[in-house]
Amino acid sequence: MYTDVVMEHITNPQNVGELADADGVGEVGSPACGDIMRISIKVEGDRITDARFRTFGCAAAIASSSMATGMVRGKSLIEAWAISNADVVDALGGLPPAKVHCSVLARDAIRAAINDYRTRQGLDAWEMGSCGCCGGSGCGSRPENG
Amino acid sequence: MNDKDQRPVYMDHAATTFMKPEVLAAMAPYFSRYFGNPSSLYRFARESRKGVEEARSQVATALGAEPEEISFCAGGSEADNWAIKGVASALRKKGDHIITTAIEHHAVLHTCEALEKQGYRVTYLPVDEFGRVDPGDVEDAITDRTILVSVMTANNEIGTVQPITEIGRVAHAHGVLFHTDAVQAVGAVPIDVDALGIDLLSLSGHKFYGPKGTGALYIRRGTRIESLIHGGGQERGRRAGTENVPGIVGLGRAIELATADIEGHNRRIAAMRDRLIRGVLGSIPDTRLNGHPKQRLPNNANFSFRYVEGESILLLLDAHGIAASTGSACSSASLEPSHVLLAIGLPHEEAHGSLRLTLGDANTEDDVDYILEVLPEVIGRLRQISPLTPACARVPEAD
Repeated sequence: MYTDVVMEHITNPQNVGELADADGVGEVGSPACGDIMRISIKVEGDRITDARFRTFGCAAAIASSSMATGMVRGKSLIEAWAISNADVVDALGGLPPAKVHCSVLARDAIRAAINDYRTRQGLDAWEMGSCGCCGGSGCGSRPENG
Repeated sequence: MNDKDQRPVYMDHAATTFMKPEVLAAMAPYFSRYFGNPSSLYRFARESRKGVEEARSQVATALGAEPEEISFCAGGSEADNWAIKGVASALRKKGDHIITTAIEHHAVLHTCEALEKQGYRVTYLPVDEFGRVDPGDVEDAITDRTILVSVMTANNEIGTVQPITEIGRVAHAHGVLFHTDAVQAVGAVPIDVDALGIDLLSLSGHKFYGPKGTGALYIRRGTRIESLIHGGGQERGRRAGTENVPGIVGLGRAIELATADIEGHNRRIAAMRDRLIRGVLGSIPDTRLNGHPKQRLPNNANFSFRYVEGESILLLLDAHGIAASTGSACSSASLEPSHVLLAIGLPHEEAHGSLRLTLGDANTEDDVDYILEVLPEVIGRLRQISPLTPACARVPEAD
């Protein structure tokens, strides 16, 4: 059911961990729902120079966070914010329909980390937007999407 | 760990079993050589009819029943549907209340829910932390409108064996029929329908090394039950449709093999299972065994590993050639974790982190060794990734 890319990311996840001197940390999901994602980022100028994750969740959740942390590295905050969950799904070579919400969690964890950085800088948080996979109506990520 | 270490280990025998060569051999002649329709009168049909009737005797012997009390059908789900809907329909004038438990298989639970939509009332009894039903709760739930008590012999997820003798006694004391879903129990729990006070019993061939798509419902003589499948007069008019002759023959041979030496079989399987449980609990901290410590199927081990999620455990085990199962929501279409694990009081996150290993006849001590080697590393890796893992329980990072 999973692509080879997903399997590669679950067996050899990239960017696992936490940044001791993180400039922004975003956490979404809840253990009761079966997935929780925490992404920390390092920012220099307006660029993300490092991103790490810790995830409790299924293979799709781990692969999505592994992929998303790699995708934002080197990007400006605006570019990173623009990464959609569909971009994450595409990079993984696809996800089963029931697992698409995991990519939404990854997008939201990135955005939460960026907003945490902005808040720390005394800037306004950007509007998070609704869950892209179900319009905020049915998937497991809905209640925690911020 | 690398791919070279990979070896196939199947430990999901509660999901299904391989079919034994003896069973396949028994079935083989009934595909082409003895192809006759058992309902036909000519001699082409004689051998197929004999095959079906011999299988009926084999099933009856295994359950301590009479052959005419055995009806073949397409599997455990049909047998459960038939028992519950059939009795509910036949006894509609007598009552409209059914008692079952919160941890039944969905073939029972969803059948009961369907009946609720038709106006029946259903009591779903709770279970204790080990998954046991209290026969006293059954008694308290019985009213003068109760027509059926349905409690599984043993649970498919956590392996807990129910006190069905006591439950059957309570039901009968109140003149209520007792059905048990014995799909996981056949071959593991000795069954005598008279001694256990069972009126209806469901079983499924592929759970005890028989063919898929085969099952049977034991119906005690004199029990009022409506048919589920209407049509021809097969199975003494109770279940229409031309018999799955090779499947029925295979089911008969399989149940004969499975019940020939239950005690000896259980001893071998349980010894491996106990070593597996000791090894897992001893090597992986923050782990609990789900289900009853003693009153459980000899082949069942069910764990919850804190801080990690079951589907990712399965995927990593699969990458090492190990086939297992989980009660996590992420492995199913729904977002809810296993109803069984929630019913025994597990918090959601621990239900999500469950792993079921069910042993079978092809497993060896080497398989147990291999799992004890791979599983701690898999859990360790996932805990390293998890944000829930306390720092003290995490393997130091090396990057």
